[in-house]
Amino acid sequence: MSDIVIKAENVGKSYLIGHKSNERYVALRDVIANKTKGLWSKIRNPRFHTHKNIEEFWALKDVSFEVKQGDRVGIIGRNGAGKSTLLKILSRITEPTAGRVSIKGRVASLLEVGTGFHPELTGRENIYLNGAILGMTRKEIKTKFDEIVDFAEVEKFLDTPVKRFSSGMYVRLAFAVAAHLEPEILVVDEVLAVGDSEFQKKCLGKMRDVATKGRTVLFVSHNMAAINQLCNIGILLDKGQVINIDEVNKVVGVYLSINSEKQESVDLTTYPYRRGTKEAMFAWVQTCNLNGSSCRKFSIGENIILNFRVNVCEQYRDKKIKLAIELRSSDGIRLCNMVDVDSHFEINNAKETEEISVCLYDVRFYPDTYYVSFWVGSVTSTETFDRVEDCLSFEIIGGGNLTARFLPRSAGLLFITPEWKRNA
Amino acid sequence: MKNENILIIEAGRTEKHYWADIWRYRELFYILSWRDVTVRYKQTAIGIVWAILRPLLTITVFTVIFGKLAKFPSDGNVPYAIMVCAAMLPWQFFASSVSDSSNSLIDNTQLITKVYFPRIIIPISSVVTSSIDFLVSFVILVFLMVYFKFTPGWNILFLPIFLLIAFLTAAGVGLYITALNVKYRDFRYIVPFLVQFGFYVSPVGFSSSIIPEKYRLLYSLNPMVGVIDGFRWAIMGNKSTIYLPGFLMSIGVMLLFLILGIYKFRKMEKTFADII
Repeated sequence: MSDIVIKAENVGKSYLIGHKSNERYVALRDVIANKTKGLWSKIRNPRFHTHKNIEEFWALKDVSFEVKQGDRVGIIGRNGAGKSTLLKILSRITEPTAGRVSIKGRVASLLEVGTGFHPELTGRENIYLNGAILGMTRKEIKTKFDEIVDFAEVEKFLDTPVKRFSSGMYVRLAFAVAAHLEPEILVVDEVLAVGDSEFQKKCLGKMRDVATKGRTVLFVSHNMAAINQLCNIGILLDKGQVINIDEVNKVVGVYLSINSEKQESVDLTTYPYRRGTKEAMFAWVQTCNLNGSSCRKFSIGENIILNFRVNVCEQYRDKKIKLAIELRSSDGIRLCNMVDVDSHFEINNAKETEEISVCLYDVRFYPDTYYVSFWVGSVTSTETFDRVEDCLSFEIIGGGNLTARFLPRSAGLLFITPEWKRNA
Repeated sequence: MKNENILIIEAGRTEKHYWADIWRYRELFYILSWRDVTVRYKQTAIGIVWAILRPLLTITVFTVIFGKLAKFPSDGNVPYAIMVCAAMLPWQFFASSVSDSSNSLIDNTQLITKVYFPRIIIPISSVVTSSIDFLVSFVILVFLMVYFKFTPGWNILFLPIFLLIAFLTAAGVGLYITALNVKYRDFRYIVPFLVQFGFYVSPVGFSSSIIPEKYRLLYSLNPMVGVIDGFRWAIMGNKSTIYLPGFLMSIGVMLLFLILGIYKFRKMEKTFADII
């Protein structure tokens, strides 16, 4: 008998995306309104057909791979490459549209720390609840209970509702439960992005332990250092397809080299996450440093230049258009919405292609990845021609000229150096 | 590693093993119900008293306004309060089951998008939670019986059967509405209205014997009519008669809802994780 524990054959997952609206769910009132509208146009014009403005989008396509028992597999790829979809299929949250996966052994997936934790329940109660959600039986939890409490270092607060826990305690408890699962296959999504660095080390250690006991680990992360440390096999995904499967350091190498090529500029012509009437559209976007060379990593206090091109359709040539840029942090907080007129910049006579650069001086965000969205619309802001969501990201890294201090993102968002004065 | 451990994931696979999976996840079902019950009694300051207070106050208002002021007739010589109570308890169970389960999936979005288990567990466990309240509220009935020195007959032995029917009715309607609620996210604004409406068309404040004979079969299309009549018959004895064709009709509608509810729910379930 072979020791292959996971075998994926031509797995694919497609989603239907509607272009008409970017609402995430259907509302009854819209259904009724649309049906009535459709009926009305049919009465007026019997040959009228409503277009089905729906397009198939393959989040994963033809993904095949095999995982042997005891392998620690790192799944890497850019945002939207299909990593999360793959994990969701492996943990059965969603079904594949095509292909099949055979898995030997019990799978526990950790797509988030503390799934199902209830703030009103005590630490003790949550251990049982979370354990059951992750697939442990009550007996198993009972035998591991002390170990879990020990690992999480929360014994004093066992009978306190977790809503009174500090966020550190919360995460520790949640990870402790998950870490004591004993499945044959452990699927982990970027949960290590939480907690202080001390705790992260502990978690990585625990995961390595799990793997050395002959169990299989699948790990998704953007943290290449963690992937390198923990995994022996790497799977590189891009646009829903497997690009490379090999020893982990080789795959990480391929990933980084692809990424640096991509740094030149981001082509947006086929970018899916956008909405608008398409009267003007973004063609590409890019981040540069002050020297004009393309760059994705900046240290605190550096200047960041955003370059982009907008194609304007005939109807709006020589007319006014309005531009805006939005920034958000990796946890989704909107940081700013920069509109051109605020900086006294206006385009009154749009050309067929407009190339714009926007310089952000002295950017003082905390180290993290930041995502940029672009907007172009009518000058009254009533019409959106094109809005591309999170199409560009840049990273602020620690160190640099301003400070060498360690700045965890949990401590703040803006690095500000005010004037301090001692009053006599 | 044993062969029976092999798990195959492919399109349409979950469908086939659905009921086996529910059995496999029974522990989770138990834990989730337990969580809902614990949280409910922890969150309200008066805790378990709430389960009694709510029906008690409604019954009091009904007895005073309809029984005493409007002088609605009761069945036979049974005190009006007991007659209302016998209907109010199952009705309130039904109402809270339907409204809780219809929101249950949305409330547990986080869970659904992160872990696999048969989703039907979630709405059913909120029906179970409501049934705990239901059982607790029986204290009122006992209290009223003692107060009015009313002894039930042998019919009371059939009460568990009617409890089961009430449970299945609540589960069927609950599942159906849950499915609609996930599909149409604004449906939840309609649910409270539907529940309120159901209250007026169900024989809670009056006896269903006041409905003219020729309309009774039609009236029994409301499955709660059968449940309430059954409860009254079990509790008040032969003073309340069951209209048999109507009762069977209610059971039929209940079964229809149950099948429809499960069918709709499972159809919707496949895409839950994608659309939530």
